[in-house]
Amino acid sequence: MSVQVAGLADAKAEGPLKLAVPRGALLEGTLDALDAAGVDTSAARGESRALIFPGAAMTLVTMRPSDVPTYVEAGAADVGITGKDVLLEQADRMVYELLDLGYGRCRMVLAGRKGDGRLGESQRRLGMIRIATKYPRVAERYFESTGRQVETIEVKGSVELAPLIGLADGIVDLVASGRTLDENDLEVREEIVECTARFVANRVAHKLRAAEIDELTARLREATAG
Amino acid sequence: MIHPIPPGTRDILPDEMRELRRLHRSMIEVFEGRGYDEVATPAIEYDEVLARGDGRTAESAYRFFDERGDLLALRSDMTVPIARLVASRYADADPPLRFCYLANAYRAVRPQRGQMREFAQAGVELIGAPAPAGTVEIIEVLEAALDAAGLDRAVIGLGDADLYRQLLTELEVEGEARKAVLERLAMHDLVGLEAELAKAGIEPGRVETCVALSQLRGGREVLEQARALGGEAVERATARLGETFQALEERGAAERVQVDLGLLRDLGYYSGAILEVYDPALGHVLGGGGRYDGLLKRFGVDLPAAGFALYLERIHVAQMEEESRRGGSV
Repeated sequence: MSVQVAGLADAKAEGPLKLAVPRGALLEGTLDALDAAGVDTSAARGESRALIFPGAAMTLVTMRPSDVPTYVEAGAADVGITGKDVLLEQADRMVYELLDLGYGRCRMVLAGRKGDGRLGESQRRLGMIRIATKYPRVAERYFESTGRQVETIEVKGSVELAPLIGLADGIVDLVASGRTLDENDLEVREEIVECTARFVANRVAHKLRAAEIDELTARLREATAG
Repeated sequence: MIHPIPPGTRDILPDEMRELRRLHRSMIEVFEGRGYDEVATPAIEYDEVLARGDGRTAESAYRFFDERGDLLALRSDMTVPIARLVASRYADADPPLRFCYLANAYRAVRPQRGQMREFAQAGVELIGAPAPAGTVEIIEVLEAALDAAGLDRAVIGLGDADLYRQLLTELEVEGEARKAVLERLAMHDLVGLEAELAKAGIEPGRVETCVALSQLRGGREVLEQARALGGEAVERATARLGETFQALEERGAAERVQVDLGLLRDLGYYSGAILEVYDPALGHVLGGGGRYDGLLKRFGVDLPAAGFALYLERIHVAQMEEESRRGGSV
């Protein structure tokens, strides 16, 4: 085998960038932002059930938002877009967070039943509150940082159910309009953090495909500014 | 019957072992060919001794007591044990000293492909050779090792560990705020970095400068771009990097080196030049290193030093990926 030093320029010639696109609530905003940044998203907008949409400059790969850090950390996708809530919950995933895209704005909150004193009462009489959430690590960090002890109960489905039938004293969840909370007789008690869509990159891709990633970052910044 | 082994450890069976052994041999051959003599140290050390080298011993995944009640730890790398070895056994030797190793180390990481809690490292330590000549030497050894492994597309990132420490001092960011900023930088969380700098009272223009600085990576031209952003700390770091890069160029060894002002390795003992190794076939860093001119002093011998370590399992994964790429599949 002949050993030939390829150098920086050749390292980049590795086909189009793979971009992880979140399905669900962030999809619409993500495709709009990509369009505005000059990335062709027409294939991904159709009714197609395909997961991968190859393009000349970029391949779009659609997935659950919570899978984006996994794919990007491993380098299976070079760059990706997902919510800050996902990044906070998976803080141990080593991905570079390059840009706040501004859309998909929602709040991570602590909520309890309207007019119900369970949260305070458990805290006072039992020294510990029970919190149902899809974000156990965010919840634990928050309560730890505010000096309270908490039992987090991880649930996968509608988290609003938990305090209504006595599984938990309250919930930590993501709220956009607050309508779901309201309809389920819940109210926001504390605001934990505001979350928006973020542009992330794989650590190695960020080094070896610097020019492409910098350019896409600049175009996304321009497209989502203001 | 299946008997479990601890998470993050694994058995290596003959097919893999044969390939790994070939890789091991080629690494040691390169190192010895350049005057680095192989040493071995115990896998277990006194926790106190390891902590002397790296205050942040949180990465030692395994700590336990021996029969006398002394606290022991499994080493998390070989740099600290070799610093101990040099201070204990070579205190009066004439520098520079050149050692290489092939050893298992242990860290509390989330196990995944190429990243286990018990992992093999091959590397070198060059003790008593200051920058830039010492740095250039280890980069050349590293390049030879990558060539020997067949990773001809691998790239070496070259950064400066003191850049942000000095920059933050210049900006008078101290205490908790400083820690928060460095943490964001190490994670490359630019959104968080901007927020933390703003919180520390840095004016928007300079915040932008810091963020832009961390994004500069490429050839020699990024040194100029960095200098244009201004400041004493940047000036000093780019001068150090420029000197090293120039020496590499003169020796024809700069081809696969990427100057990276955003590089910040999280091991506490680095100072001056820092290195990271990437291959386009793998999304994970293959290895790293740099200078640790203050480390030996903590063990009582004041000598400049530099070195690197390659994660051998990851190199092996990259070899396989590169082979399948050359073979035309994927």
